[in-house]
Amino acid sequence: MANSAQTHDAHDHGHPTGWKRYVYSTNHKDIGILYLWFSGAAGVLGFLLSLLIRIELQEPGVQFLPFLTGGDMDAAHQLYNVLVTGHGLVMIFFLVMPALIGGFGNYFLPIMIGAPDMAFPRMNNISFWLLPPALLLLLLGMFMEGPPGGMGAGTGWTLYPPLSSALGHPGPAVDLTILSMHIAGISSIMGAINFITTILNMRAPGMTIHKMPLFAWSMLVTAFLLLLALPVLAGALTMLLTDRNFGTAFFDPAGGGDPILYQHLFWYFGHPEVYIMVMPAFGIVSHVVSTFSRKPVFGYLGMAYAMVAIGFIGFIVWAHHMYTVGLSVDTKAYFLAATMVIAVPTGVKIFSWIATMWGGSVTFKTPMLFAVGFIMLFTIGGVTGVVLANAGVDAALHDTYYVVAHFHYVLSLGAVFAIFAAFYYWIGKMSGRDYPEWAGKVHFWITFIGVNLVFFPQHFLGLQGMPRRYVDYADGYVFWHEVSSYGIYITTIGVLWFFGIVAYVLMAGKKAQANPWGEGATTLEWTLPSPPPFHQFNELPKIK
Amino acid sequence: MAGDVKHDYHLVNPSPWPIVGSIAVFTMAFGFVGMMHDWGFANYIFGAGVLGVFYTMYEWWSDVVREAEGGDHKPVVQIGLRYGIILFITSEVMFFVAWFWAYFNAALFPTEAIGAVWPPEGIITFNPWHIPYVNTLILLLSGTTVTWAHHALLEDDRDGLKKGLWATVLLGALFTCFQTYEYSVAAFGLSSGIYGATFFMATGFHGFHVLVGTIFLTVCLIRSYRGHFKPDHHFGFEAAAWYWHFVDVVWVFLFFSIYVWGAGAITH
Repeated sequence: MANSAQTHDAHDHGHPTGWKRYVYSTNHKDIGILYLWFSGAAGVLGFLLSLLIRIELQEPGVQFLPFLTGGDMDAAHQLYNVLVTGHGLVMIFFLVMPALIGGFGNYFLPIMIGAPDMAFPRMNNISFWLLPPALLLLLLGMFMEGPPGGMGAGTGWTLYPPLSSALGHPGPAVDLTILSMHIAGISSIMGAINFITTILNMRAPGMTIHKMPLFAWSMLVTAFLLLLALPVLAGALTMLLTDRNFGTAFFDPAGGGDPILYQHLFWYFGHPEVYIMVMPAFGIVSHVVSTFSRKPVFGYLGMAYAMVAIGFIGFIVWAHHMYTVGLSVDTKAYFLAATMVIAVPTGVKIFSWIATMWGGSVTFKTPMLFAVGFIMLFTIGGVTGVVLANAGVDAALHDTYYVVAHFHYVLSLGAVFAIFAAFYYWIGKMSGRDYPEWAGKVHFWITFIGVNLVFFPQHFLGLQGMPRRYVDYADGYVFWHEVSSYGIYITTIGVLWFFGIVAYVLMAGKKAQANPWGEGATTLEWTLPSPPPFHQFNELPKIK
Repeated sequence: MAGDVKHDYHLVNPSPWPIVGSIAVFTMAFGFVGMMHDWGFANYIFGAGVLGVFYTMYEWWSDVVREAEGGDHKPVVQIGLRYGIILFITSEVMFFVAWFWAYFNAALFPTEAIGAVWPPEGIITFNPWHIPYVNTLILLLSGTTVTWAHHALLEDDRDGLKKGLWATVLLGALFTCFQTYEYSVAAFGLSSGIYGATFFMATGFHGFHVLVGTIFLTVCLIRSYRGHFKPDHHFGFEAAAWYWHFVDVVWVFLFFSIYVWGAGAITH
């Protein structure tokens, strides 16, 4: 990507070249590219962590991780917890968010609304550059003392006290994790301010908010969720930090504090966070489905306001993550009902995508395969979400593999499929080079089979009572665990295949046209050459 | 920048400050963890990080001021800056929501461990109508003096601008002095259970914001002496004023919910 873009710009003077071009960048496309490379690297890391988890879980008993800990069983058990924690945090904060929001959002949002750049180009760059230090702190935490005599933060991504308190993890590992989240959070808040300002203030003449592409709508809603949710997490993490190191008693019952308070604050952030991850995916899928059906999106305004509704309701359902902490029946009834309401705007989206395809001239190019895969798998994840929304059912399923299967269907099969859809949809535009269509289709099918094999059996494990975050299990669970582990080996081939495609595109891909997708692709990025000039829209486009 | 740009947006020049700031933030965070776990030299690492962050802020915002004075901030850019500050303050409000949530969680549902009452058994709270009330008056007054400065600026009355800002900065500093004194005579500490935790963290973060706001206003004061700000172009000043009002409003909520509503039968 870098090379082709650079040669293109060689005659456009006035901005630095070489490493300074990226490190000092104030250009939304260059920063978007930085985000994408970073999320790719973090994605590989997070994937390796999950690979280790699945290798260990392939058979009952603890036999693989002790190889890594020199035979020390206690260390192997702790290592498992660290892997689970690291996998969750890396995938959420350093793969999905940087790819969808920082990467594709940065690159395409300004172009789609006809703006020459983001509103605050310099702040845009520090939003990116805060992520490597955050990831580094998280990784350092894996190699420092966590629980007494153990290594790393094994708290799960939720960092619940008292396991994350000085009681459970007195070592610096959890402090490093907390500060990592603080820094990633500051990065995201600055990004959110940037996106909202750009959307509200920099739309091209004639582009009213009701003519804005759905990806821009999705980024607007996402940015508001980030802006309102992350500061609450910052507060919760700060309380945890002062409880651990400065003697406060926020989450310590002995001092009148309340560990459940942490869960409330955490999920007040945590539930919007899951929409933060999937909302940009909604936007991308809308464009891909419309492009490859050669039809405008069905029910544009309904699609836009369904996202607004999901974003709003997302803030008032948080305690459905806490059905088993001892909430009153009335409280549970409220959160149950509110949670179910989310299925309504989500249904509007699913059916509108299907209605977009209905009667369309559909071609199944790779982005469309991933988008249709997203719709199907996200729907499965959504339906199990409705099951889990029932407080009574959740009493049995809470903290089982059913939950693990549910959120991986919406995220690793939902959000990640959208990342791939976006990659194939836009790689020609970004790099100026086409991907080989047959290879993309092979990638889709390997991934589709692999991830479904990993996660579908986990529904069965959960219904059978297999608890999540356990390094070992009873022999009765072995069959579906084995299937699940075979699935990740197939997925591994898919990951290698994908990076093979990336390498091929950058080194030998055929030159891309300005618009390879034809008349279905109507947004502004297709009016620009591939790759776009360093600064697009020196003269703002007029929208009819 | 290419010479044929036909829009008013500000395409900022490449800048080293983001990467410098990010390295400084990492150094500060790493040093902070070290300090909490008594690693040797961690204080120096932390200190270096803090210096780096301050240096970055100084250089970065100096660039912003230069760009503003150099005419890069066309009206549309100023609107963008307004959105930016409003959104930043919104996120700050949500940060304080967390601390109020912790406070009301403990105060409305006091547990057995603190005698099931609020304030907790054995906690002697402050008399809200002594120093806290004085501080309320100070902050409310400072809200009017910053408006005085603003109106003077709108009338191009440079002398009034400076006087109003001087008054606001001094009132802000006075608030900090009173709060420091109040902390020093408190009958409870940060580790006196949930009361001390919520009291000191909520009012402490507010106090930190007062300091930030005072520094922001001081920068505006220095800029007013250097002849910056025009009656029709002074968003840096307005941002400081908005931030100051935000700090003021947070205090009113703290005052009524923690000091007045949460006061015990015996105060000092």
